[in-house]
Amino acid sequence: MKRKKITVAVTGLNAIDSPGPGVPVIRALKDSTYFDVRIIGLAYESMEPGIYMHDLVSKTYQIPLPSAGKASLLTRLKYIHAQEKIDVIIPNFDAELFNFITLADKLKKEFNIHTFMPSQAQFDERHKANLPEFGKKHGIKIPFSKMVFNVGEIPALKKEFSYPLVVKGKFYDASVAYTPEQAATYFNKIAAKWGLPIIIQEFVIGEELNVTAIGDGMGNTIGAVPMRKQYITDKGKAWSGISIDDEHLMKMTEQLFTSTKWKGGLELEIIKNAKGDYYLIEINPRFPAWVYLAVGCGQNHPEALVKMALGEKVKPYTKYDIGKMFIRYSFDMIVELKEFEKIATMGEL
Amino acid sequence: MKLKKNLALSETGFVFDPSNGNSFATNPIGLSIVKMLKEGKDIELIKKNILNEYLTDANTLEKDIYDFINMLKKLQLNENETSND
Repeated sequence: MKRKKITVAVTGLNAIDSPGPGVPVIRALKDSTYFDVRIIGLAYESMEPGIYMHDLVSKTYQIPLPSAGKASLLTRLKYIHAQEKIDVIIPNFDAELFNFITLADKLKKEFNIHTFMPSQAQFDERHKANLPEFGKKHGIKIPFSKMVFNVGEIPALKKEFSYPLVVKGKFYDASVAYTPEQAATYFNKIAAKWGLPIIIQEFVIGEELNVTAIGDGMGNTIGAVPMRKQYITDKGKAWSGISIDDEHLMKMTEQLFTSTKWKGGLELEIIKNAKGDYYLIEINPRFPAWVYLAVGCGQNHPEALVKMALGEKVKPYTKYDIGKMFIRYSFDMIVELKEFEKIATMGEL
Repeated sequence: MKLKKNLALSETGFVFDPSNGNSFATNPIGLSIVKMLKEGKDIELIKKNILNEYLTDANTLEKDIYDFINMLKKLQLNENETSND
């Protein structure tokens, strides 16, 4: 079969110790038997490793940080599109999604650039700060959580929470605090990095399970693969994991897609306690960095996303391989200074 | 004791629990016991088979086999203790 040629722009090229999902998403697209994909990298920093992976990324452009706003992003995307004729954009960072979601209609209408992302309402609803309400609405157990805007609110938390508790940033970072003093330290540290509010969450003891999945926006689960982390880095990131057979987790995932009509990729973070109860602790509104495991298990979620973005029908995956593992590795690339110079000064490589 | 139905055993003694991704290694005697448990054989029959196959006495086997079964339970490889619903 002759593969369809397309150009896909991908963010999240930071394949570092806390990796972005960009490089695994690109690997998945390169494995596609349906598309012949040319990849355009969109990077925020000149040392994102994906920029220099020329076997995966044809050309990379620096884009403005999310804090610069949607107007700057649109201007930059217009320029990149004029050079590269982008068919689909896959944003892979929580923090940038707001801008991309806001621009989605404009990108489609004015430039015929396709995306496949959750709506603004879906994106907001699953926000860590809104998760308890989300759980109530969709019938899913969520650990008790509360938003905190001021470090002065920490001492009073003992009325509603018992220690340890989890201190979470609005986009990233989470630390377990065993005392109010520790909670205050983590509050300041995380707030300085990611801003306010800080989310305080009940600490649920159990094993952490994760699901990478994709929905068609009409309530159907197009694919889902559950995984248990086997080796975790000091940043809490999976260095290795294994696909598991957990019927309850799959039902929970399907129920979530049916109920929310989620459009696009996501990752569910779940704790299963000793009694066998499942608590949803987080929904990440994009593919996780371990999404390539799904490809290894027989489900190419990024390929399905691109098909749906282009308006093609996708048949839901009904099975996946159980007991497939991923093991991450680090790799020292040798990079010529002139390459670094080019991306650092021209914003293109 | 009933072992989980979906437990995967290999001839090398590698035991994989697909419901949570845990894996274990056991020696040939352990593998024989796990296999017989998975086939639904009761403890008395397993003990009889082990006594026929290995050079050991009933008292030693009695102690060792209960230790082993307790370990399997501790590792949540039995059907009852890990039910999700």
